[in-house]
Amino acid sequence: MSRSWSELLGDGTGPVETEAERAGFFGRLRDSLGKSRRALTGELAAAAFDPGNEEDWERLEEALIRGDVGVPATAELVRRLEARGDLGDLGEALAEEIADMLGEPATLNLEAKPSVILVVGVNGTGKTTTIGKLAQKLREHDRSVLLGAADTFRAAAEEQLEIWAQRAKADFVGAAHGADPAAVAYDAVEAARARGHDVAIVDTAGRLHTQSNLMEELAKVRRVIETRLDGAPHETLLVVDATTGQNGLQQARLFGEAAQVTGVALTKLDGSAKGGIAVAIAYELGLPVKLIGVGEGLDDLRPFDAHDFARALVSG
Amino acid sequence: MFDTLSDKLQATLGDLRGKGRLDEDTISKAMREIRLALLEADVNFEVVKSFVAGVRERATGQDVLKSLTPGQQVVKIVHEELTSLMGSGDSRLAFGRPPTVILMAGLQGSGKTTTSAKLALLLRKDGKKPALVAADLQRPAAIDQLEQLGRQIQIPVYRKDTQDPVEVVKYGIQAAQTAGQDVVILDTAGRLHIDEELMQELARVRNAAKPTNVLLVLDSMTGQEAVNVAESFFERIAFDGVVLTKLDGDARGGAALSVKAVTGKPIKLVSVGEKLDQLEYFYPERMASRILGMGDVLTLIEKAEAAVEDDEQEAMEARMRAGQFSFDDFLSAQKMLKNMGPIQGVLKLIPGLGNQLKDVDIDERQLARVEAIVLSMTPQERRMPHLINGSRRLRIARGSGQTIQDVNKLLTARKQMEKMMKQMGKGKALSGFAGKR
Ligand SMILES: Nc1nc2c(ncn2[C@@H]2O[C@H](COP(=O)(O)OP(=O)(O)OP(=O)(O)O)[C@@H](O)[C@H]2O)c(=O)[nH]1
Ligand SMILES: Nc1nc2c(ncn2[C@@H]2O[C@H](COP(=O)(O)OP(=O)(O)OP(=O)(O)O)[C@@H](O)[C@H]2O)c(=O)[nH]1
Ligand SMILES: [Mg+2]
Ligand SMILES: [Mg+2]
Repeated sequence: MSRSWSELLGDGTGPVETEAERAGFFGRLRDSLGKSRRALTGELAAAAFDPGNEEDWERLEEALIRGDVGVPATAELVRRLEARGDLGDLGEALAEEIADMLGEPATLNLEAKPSVILVVGVNGTGKTTTIGKLAQKLREHDRSVLLGAADTFRAAAEEQLEIWAQRAKADFVGAAHGADPAAVAYDAVEAARARGHDVAIVDTAGRLHTQSNLMEELAKVRRVIETRLDGAPHETLLVVDATTGQNGLQQARLFGEAAQVTGVALTKLDGSAKGGIAVAIAYELGLPVKLIGVGEGLDDLRPFDAHDFARALVSG
Repeated sequence: MFDTLSDKLQATLGDLRGKGRLDEDTISKAMREIRLALLEADVNFEVVKSFVAGVRERATGQDVLKSLTPGQQVVKIVHEELTSLMGSGDSRLAFGRPPTVILMAGLQGSGKTTTSAKLALLLRKDGKKPALVAADLQRPAAIDQLEQLGRQIQIPVYRKDTQDPVEVVKYGIQAAQTAGQDVVILDTAGRLHIDEELMQELARVRNAAKPTNVLLVLDSMTGQEAVNVAESFFERIAFDGVVLTKLDGDARGGAALSVKAVTGKPIKLVSVGEKLDQLEYFYPERMASRILGMGDVLTLIEKAEAAVEDDEQEAMEARMRAGQFSFDDFLSAQKMLKNMGPIQGVLKLIPGLGNQLKDVDIDERQLARVEAIVLSMTPQERRMPHLINGSRRLRIARGSGQTIQDVNKLLTARKQMEKMMKQMGKGKALSGFAGKR
């Protein structure tokens, strides 16, 4: 059974999700991919995977590489499967190993009031959109939410976030173009406290992890939030585009160093990309995935479920 | 110089001097290294396969077999093949009877809107009169975004209140033409290549706009899916070329090769930053080096070879690779750099460093100060920098006429440099991917 919002948030409030809603996404995903992609499990099962056959192992490796899992994590998965001896159902065994690599089911730590979520990542991955969708889910689960527009750089970034705030019925703190992002973050936390909100989510400008001045700016945003509120930011989410290749690893590494990332939000999984880079990130850096983005609509955000994800990764 | 693929090929093929020829097995090992490097760079799996097959054919040819340095030969072949593959096709934009219409399309967040504005600016510099049309009716504040960018560079932006992008582009092209603009750039909504409805919409926009150029905007960080994305967009809107974005990062950009290989369409422009003047024409040679993780390594090697005695350079490289970087090495490097010309240009050639240096101003005088500090060290201190304690620092500072903070800064910088070299020398852990496990 897929992971629910209540499980992710560690509470029992909010609308009850039907099983169909929970299962919905990956089912839809598989449908949409159906014809254009060769399904690994189909491919392997049809030919009956033979652990003694070198070519079968190669095809397995190919499928993982094609899903952007990358060479090191692929090699490790294959090693673990080999070590199992009896593989039984290969698709299932592989899903288990991948899920194991992805670690324990994650939760969002939003106990404190207010809790602060800082959202970071490279350009165009879906930070602002994810924030809008997350605000909606939190509101459905009886949290009052404030969004802070600390992207003061990109054209119309503030307007974009404000529209999302309206859609999700969240409070909003904006700033002039070119304002100091740390000051905006400060104001957002301050306002969330003063106005008694449960959660403040701070949007930041997209930046490449190689831009050391911008990474330093981000570290400063974080420090300002830390000093304003004890224990904050309670979550720092790195937004990674599922279409990303091996560069995602370097993103996770350097954003992790600059902003102490607590989890990944993997977006655009409604496309045909499998998001295998998340496996590499979990394997090499131990960073969990917490959320997945599955569309551009208000409801297109799901708690991450390792087993579902792993199965989708190795099926069509 | 720090190129891991050439190191690995050197290791696999390099010790054959005197043996006279390469056997099958050795060639296979070398091909495996190439395969891994390309996968690491996000070149699509199938593309890697066929590319390597081509390289293999050439590598078993006469040149390599006879060569005393087969490793280098193979690197050269790979590089040449990549360059010629990336370079074929016309990378210029087409201009017909005005207005020239340019349609921008691509996945969500790839950089269409930013690139549209940048292209307008670039074309105006070339003497054109460009206009922008805001045909993304999906993303919140997309029109705002384009209008703000247009205002920044004083390029007119056309918009229309409607739900149908086809209407917007028809109106925009007409209005721009009437206003005497000779280039019209159409910004469209990001869409997934598997989204049937939106892909149809895009095809309708294309049919209505009859663009002179259709450009696919592709994020250079894209992974294996680049192939499917490109194929689907090509099927629907037959793009003429690609704009590769976010190349200011450290992504190797193998997706560019994938797209070229499956569609045959050239890269026309590369985007290297968020600022509106950061759009450049495309150089296949540079891209090939980048995919191979070589920086402009060949140029660098040539320059370096011309500048220093071979053995001195070799000794230094060996130590660097082992992750040691003494102040003696620093002085040789300094000397080498001096002989090579303006430092900024040289540093840009170093893989991974080039892009980071974009906005950095290197002060040559600063280097002279650093040199003064190093020259105030004893030979022993230069060789073993960890000896430099507090009182030695003070002495060095006095001797060089610099502050103790400056000395400290240099010591820290050396340590960081050493750490960086260690990482570079190590390379990636290898798996048994493809072929022998
Ligand atoms: N299909 C799909 N599109 C998404 C998803 N998440 C975001 N997007 C789209 O991706 C594009 C970029 O999203 P933004 O939220 O603006 O990304 P960002 O990271 O805030 O971008 P910058 O602030 O410019 O760095 C928009 O067109 C979004 O609608 C998703 O899960 N699926
Ligand atoms: N560092 C860097 N950022 C870039 C580059 N090109 C675009 N960006 C950034 O990438 C993000 C997305 O760019 P947009 O132009 O909004 O992308 P888009 O394709 O129009 O996005 P949608 O309309 O949502 O599909 C923004 O933050 C841009 O500033 C580039 O070459 N380098
Ligand atoms: Mg944003
Ligand atoms: Mg756009």
